[in-house]
Order: sequence, then C-alpha cells, then structure tokens
Amino acid sequence: MSKVQILTKGLLKENPTLVLILGMCPPLAVTTSAMNGLGMGLATTFVLLMSNLLISSLKNFIPDSVRIPAFIVIIATFVSIVDLLLQSYLPALSDSLGLFIKLIVVNCIVLGRAEAFASKNSVFDSMLDGLGMGLGFTLSLTLIGIIRELLGSGAIFGHTLISGDGILIFVLAPGAFFVLGFLIALVRYLQRKKN
Amino acid sequence: MAQKESNLRNMVFSLTLIVLVASAALAGVYVITKPSIDGQEVAKTQEAIKAVLPGFSGKTERVAIKLPNDADSVFVNLAYQDGELFGGAVQTYTDKAFKSYFSLMVGFDAGGNILETEVIKMEETPGLGDKINKSKSNFSDQFVKMCPANNEFNLKVKKDGGTVDAITAATISSRAYCDAVNRAAKAFDIVTKKGANNE
Repeated sequence: MSKVQILTKGLLKENPTLVLILGMCPPLAVTTSAMNGLGMGLATTFVLLMSNLLISSLKNFIPDSVRIPAFIVIIATFVSIVDLLLQSYLPALSDSLGLFIKLIVVNCIVLGRAEAFASKNSVFDSMLDGLGMGLGFTLSLTLIGIIRELLGSGAIFGHTLISGDGILIFVLAPGAFFVLGFLIALVRYLQRKKN
Repeated sequence: MAQKESNLRNMVFSLTLIVLVASAALAGVYVITKPSIDGQEVAKTQEAIKAVLPGFSGKTERVAIKLPNDADSVFVNLAYQDGELFGGAVQTYTDKAFKSYFSLMVGFDAGGNILETEVIKMEETPGLGDKINKSKSNFSDQFVKMCPANNEFNLKVKKDGGTVDAITAATISSRAYCDAVNRAAKAFDIVTKKGANNE
C-alpha cells in the first residue's frame, strides 16, 4: 500500500464512522451542531495521531501479554492532555463536549488502530494512518453535525440561515440515528455504483 | 530489535516505565494549564456578576449560604456602593434540570427586585432547553423587574399555577430555571435580612 493510500483510506474507503461503523458513541452523542462535531473530530484526530506514533515506536519494547494495558495508558494520557488543553484554551468547546472528550479513551477506533495498525507497522506509516483515520472521523462527524444543525435549528456553525424552531427531532437523539443511517446508506449506494 | 519476551520482569518493567512517563507528562500539562483553567472560572463568574448588576461597578463581597434541605451552597455577592447596599448577584443552581444541573447568576437590587439573570453553566438540550440562554431566546427576560419576595409574582411556570411562560417543549428546563431563581431569591433575602440585624 502506498503512503498516499494509507493516508487517504480513512477518508472514504475505510471511513471509521460510515464504513467500518466503529466508535458509534460520539457520532450519535455530540453531533448536535457542526462545531461540536468538528471539535470532537479534531480532538480524536490528535489522540489517534499521537497514540499511533508512540505505540508504533514502542511496539518492540512492550511485551505482547501486557500490550492492551500499555496501549490504554498511552491513549488515556493523550486524552487527558487534550481535555486539559481544551479546558484551558477553548473553554466554550470544552463545556459543550463535556464528558465526551474523556470518553475518547474508550473509543474503539483509537484502540482499534493501535492494535490493528500501529503495533505492526512503521512509525511514519502509523502516523499517516492515525491522521487519515482521524480526518475521516472528523469529516463524518462534521457532516452529521451540519445536517443535524441545519435541519434542527436552521443554522450552520452557529450562523442562523433560517430563523424559527426547525425540526427538533434532528437535534434530539433519534435525529442522530436517522442522519447516520441515511449517510451510511448513501455511502453504500455510492460504493456499489462505483463497483 | 525483536519484541520483548512476555516474562514477569519484562512486563512489570515496561508497564511501570510507561506509567511513570505518562504520569510525568500529565503532571506537566496539569501544572501548565491549571492557572489558566482557574482564571477562566473566576473571569466567568466576574463577568456574570457584572452582567446581572447593570449600573454597578466595584468590588462585591461574597457570602456562602446553604439553605435547609439543599445539597449545595449558593453564593451571594453583595454589592455596596458608597457604603450603601446596591444589591447582590447570587450564584445559584438547580438540580432539577433536564441534564440534572445548571447554574445561574441572578442580580437583585437592594429591594429584592430581579435586575437581570444570566446562565453560568448548563448542558441543556441544544434547540430546546438551551433557550434559557439569553442569546437563544427571550425566555429569561420575563424575570427582569420581578420581586420574588412579595407574592404578586408567582415564580412558577404556568403549568404549575405560576406566571412564567415556559419554553415550548422544555418545561423541565423552565421549571428548573424558576427553581434556581427562587433559590437565589431566598438566599438573597436571608443574607440581606441578617446583615440588617447585625447593624
């Protein structure tokens, strides 16, 4: 696989949210607005990039039997760092994402990439993989956020386009399932058409 | 370099080392970000005090008070101008919110009339309960100039027999807002009366 393929496969071909259907908690829970989706996606991208970098460089140092606890400690450290940095420099975003930043620790994309990719590949490839997967995750979260915010509150990134109440169900939990379901169906349709 | 063998010595050694480095890194980031995080809390509170006490500039005096049957304390920031009581900004909360908890700042003049209310921290549903925010709807405007101490303004949503128009589809958030404002009014009443007794 070429370097470019490693980077771009996360964007669409192996998009973690819309194709691999991994780590479904944040796409459903925090995408009530486009900004929340983007913020959550970028925070996860940072964690993915850094944990892939560290895990791939430590892969020979960590004995096989304790690799999962070692990975979790590394991932949890980066998540806590992101959490503290967000609280310190972007308090508004930190307030609206709340607990979900801390929950990146148990996001199965992060541990999944560590186990499936970073622990078997070179440092540079693992960084590309982390970045690509993270950006794919960011892309899908932002997309879901834009659709939900537009239909639910008539705004995009906080800029009101249509005043009024909007279709409230899209802001509430069921709206997340609807939007995600339709997006997955759309991706499947496009993939099938291409083949 | 081949992968390390999974014997006890290697496992303990590598995990201990990883945990030590991780703790050191976290401690470093914590020390760097702590002042800024603390400063933000203080700045936010000061801003809210200013917002709910229009026309007042100066220092406030903070009194903590815990009402009977309450889980947490509320903070009454008494504002004195030229030696006289101007009013107070009460940092209050409710635990009846849709997401269980939010906190408000409520400004009163010396007579106990509400000057202004401001949300400090909330996690209510976007598009529904978050309309308690001034930027999202004019729900909170109806509290201005009301005096909870005398009974002419019944501080409850209309569904409960009060005079407050609830936000459509967010009755719980509206009820919680009334709950927080009532708590603030009680606390302000107690603190100002106590102050008068002392003199």
